[in-house]
Amino acid sequence: MMSFKLAFKNMKKNMKDYVIYFITLVLGVAIFYIFNSMDEQQAALDLSTSKQQIIELMIQVLGMVSVFVTLVLGFLIVYANNFLIKRRKKEFGLYMLLGMGRRNISVILLLETLLIGIFSLAVGLIVGIFGSQLMSILVAKLFEADMEEYRFIFSQAAMLKTIIYFAGIYLIVMILNLFTVAKYKLIDLLNAGKKNEKVILRNPVISVIIFIISIAVLGYAYYLAITGVTSPIADKFMTAIGLGVVGTFMFFYSLSGFALKLVQASKKIYLKDLNMFVLRQTNSKINTTVFSMSIICLLLFFTICIFSSAISLNNSLNAQLKEMNPADITITKPYNLPETYTSSNGKDTFNYTDEQRADSLVPIIDSLEKVGFDKSNFSDYVEISEYHVNGVTAKETLGPVLEGIAKDFPALELDYPETVIKLSDYNKLQKLYGRQEISLKDDEYAVVCNYDAMKSYRDTSLSMGTKLTIEGKEYKPAFSECINTVISISTQAMETGTIILPDEAVKEEWKYSMLLSGIYKGQTDEEKQAIENKIVDISSNGEAVNNVIFENMSAFTKITNYEASVGISATVTFIGLYLGITFLISSAAILALKELSDSSDNKERYKVLRRIGADEKMINSALFKQIAIFFMLPLFLAIIHSIFGMKVASIILSVFGKQDIFSSIIMTAVLIGAIYGGYFLATYYGSKNIIKEEN
Amino acid sequence: MKNVLEVRNVEKYYGNKSNLTKAIDNISFKVQEGEFVGIMGASGSGKTTLLNCISTIDRVTSGNIIINGTDITKLKGNKLNKFRREELGFIFQDFNLLDTLTAYENIALALTIQRVNPKEIKERIETVSEKLGIKEILKKYPYQVSGGQKQRIASARAIITNPKLVLADEPTGALDSKSARQLLDSFENLNKNLNTTILMVTHDAFTASYADRILFIKDGKIFNELVKGSQSRKEFFEKIIEVVTLLGGELNDVI
Repeated sequence: MMSFKLAFKNMKKNMKDYVIYFITLVLGVAIFYIFNSMDEQQAALDLSTSKQQIIELMIQVLGMVSVFVTLVLGFLIVYANNFLIKRRKKEFGLYMLLGMGRRNISVILLLETLLIGIFSLAVGLIVGIFGSQLMSILVAKLFEADMEEYRFIFSQAAMLKTIIYFAGIYLIVMILNLFTVAKYKLIDLLNAGKKNEKVILRNPVISVIIFIISIAVLGYAYYLAITGVTSPIADKFMTAIGLGVVGTFMFFYSLSGFALKLVQASKKIYLKDLNMFVLRQTNSKINTTVFSMSIICLLLFFTICIFSSAISLNNSLNAQLKEMNPADITITKPYNLPETYTSSNGKDTFNYTDEQRADSLVPIIDSLEKVGFDKSNFSDYVEISEYHVNGVTAKETLGPVLEGIAKDFPALELDYPETVIKLSDYNKLQKLYGRQEISLKDDEYAVVCNYDAMKSYRDTSLSMGTKLTIEGKEYKPAFSECINTVISISTQAMETGTIILPDEAVKEEWKYSMLLSGIYKGQTDEEKQAIENKIVDISSNGEAVNNVIFENMSAFTKITNYEASVGISATVTFIGLYLGITFLISSAAILALKELSDSSDNKERYKVLRRIGADEKMINSALFKQIAIFFMLPLFLAIIHSIFGMKVASIILSVFGKQDIFSSIIMTAVLIGAIYGGYFLATYYGSKNIIKEEN
Repeated sequence: MKNVLEVRNVEKYYGNKSNLTKAIDNISFKVQEGEFVGIMGASGSGKTTLLNCISTIDRVTSGNIIINGTDITKLKGNKLNKFRREELGFIFQDFNLLDTLTAYENIALALTIQRVNPKEIKERIETVSEKLGIKEILKKYPYQVSGGQKQRIASARAIITNPKLVLADEPTGALDSKSARQLLDSFENLNKNLNTTILMVTHDAFTASYADRILFIKDGKIFNELVKGSQSRKEFFEKIIEVVTLLGGELNDVI
């Protein structure tokens, strides 16, 4: 009972140190609960089957991310706990001096961890349960579901999972504490209070040299990032990341020595007010926290990249959807199927039935009628043919840029014929889509392409006037760049290239495929959905997600495209939020704890400043500057890293179309401002309170 | 001679009605410009409280303290801070140097707080450090120098602003006897050659013997006063011992 009392009193007494730790634990628990309660969110909403499938997948992904998040939070808790325990050596020394055994001290620590654990879990779960109500609004909005009747959401599974995961972390903390206590020697404990703080000094000349090297290393990493990186597995990408990490460590190792040297050179700044004090304090603080600063900087860098990529991906997906779906459905069907088909690796062989082969000769609209889908369901439709033309392969159309393209798209088969459509077919289709029609002279061709990475190559090739030769006749480009439109509706800008030729250049025997785009009859969403349901009914696998396969036909529908896209958006947004918030609170909490404990260590120093006549305003401003420098430095470097990191991210994400970086940067800034800024202010006011002179 | 410090009927109470402690019980005295005054007393006699009140760190319950014509019991907030940094210099038992700053910077800080022109700072520090014999250690950090040197750095910081009054709280308390003697020699030097007014609290008779005049405090009241006059330090020291014996108690044990 005595131990319990002591443990409880200690917690109360150390509240100043513990409050930020406690808040961080509560936030961690709450976030963990919220992102794991997605199953209940789903149940609470009225969603279509396909959306439910998407959410199911999202829950699985979030579950995997949760493991990673647990690791990060686990490290944070172990670090913070260790840090707080270290600060209490003197207290433990006193207990031992009074005759308390190691065992008793361990019991006290155990009880303390238990108390904090139980409290933080309880409060965190309560916060989480209320937070998940807000979350359900976000989920409903992302999935465009109605929240007609409000339902209180509570997920028992998520609660259990949260309790088990965090209990596990706390258990590890308890065991580690036992080891720590076992190592204590009385004399060290009693002397711990005597401030024999290590003043780590670095040779200023060496600092300057290392600083310059670190800038060079970072510069080279940035250079690699913006020049050579096209995929996240490329060698250059890994080298850039590795150099970035090394450069970051060197930067923080040498920064304070360098900065000190720099500011000292300006007597006007250095010898003004308490600047000297601020600089020296920061100098010694950074020198003792090189490792944490670097880790925090990298965490912030990842946060910024993950979060802003998630948002920009989300935005670009939504913006593109409309543009990519000018019709309700696109169906394709191969023309004139052979008897057998061998897959490209030569292992699998399919035999097509006579019925299938016969069907492949009739237009799509007839096949649809045959399976019970009447053309009266369309208010309008266009059916066109696609051709493979001898002499029109990537090798010819992209002749001048082959080298670059082979490097960027190693999987591209240069000998494979490009898809060709006739000018009249193209214009019919674009008319249906409400887009501009074109005209070509009889020796001209045009290219449709909207996939960014490919388009730049095609544009170059077109502007160089690359000629095509078909049956002895030469064709030159009609336009110096690709037409930015769609042939088939899709979720993203994925049209890698379709060649448009004058009608007379194309022979019917080259036809290999048919394509039908249609607009459902009906004005309202309900009417359109009813027709969509007919499509689902006749499809062989009973699904409308992406590929509806009936007979030989495969289909994309606007409705499934939208739903799939919403799924990607939502998953990406949630992962971004989940990781972003976890990383942010982890790094901000470490900085805050370090800063607060420094403030209580430095109480004496502020007392000295007061005695020699510094007024409160001066002291507070010195404190503010110190904390601001400490918080802003890792963020500052992380932002610079991110400028280049985002460049790489946007290249990788260009698969999903143009990225709207600007609004995502604003959103990221808001998130960082709220969490990081919150911790910063809490630290400043907490520190101000600590150094205040009690009278 | 002008009065630098005048303490008039100062009282300081702690606690509440039911349990009142008079730390200072109606003390009055004056210190003239250029004087070196010692205050002696046992622990708990109220000497540190008195010094804290004079140094504006603590507030009096009643009475007035006039330093260089200003009644500091009437000052508040930033005016008090301004007064403290411009008129007073402090020397503490445990030096109170900032361990992240070099000796030079520790001294300079007293000037930068007063927003002294950076160009002037170097010259002033050189002059003062020469007088205190710490010119060679200006680039060192506090943990790299001896206790005596630390206290001389602290003294340099206290006098560099040309304060009207230097307040020293047990300045030799943490020093060995050799360092203590060196420090006191430099105090004497400052007092005689720069006409610095020093008020020093101590319970060490040897330290006190460097002063021109000593006030003895017991239970919050002035118990006795000794003036050195034309006596040698040895004679003065013996006189002090006599009073200390008379005072009895803990002070005796310390010697």
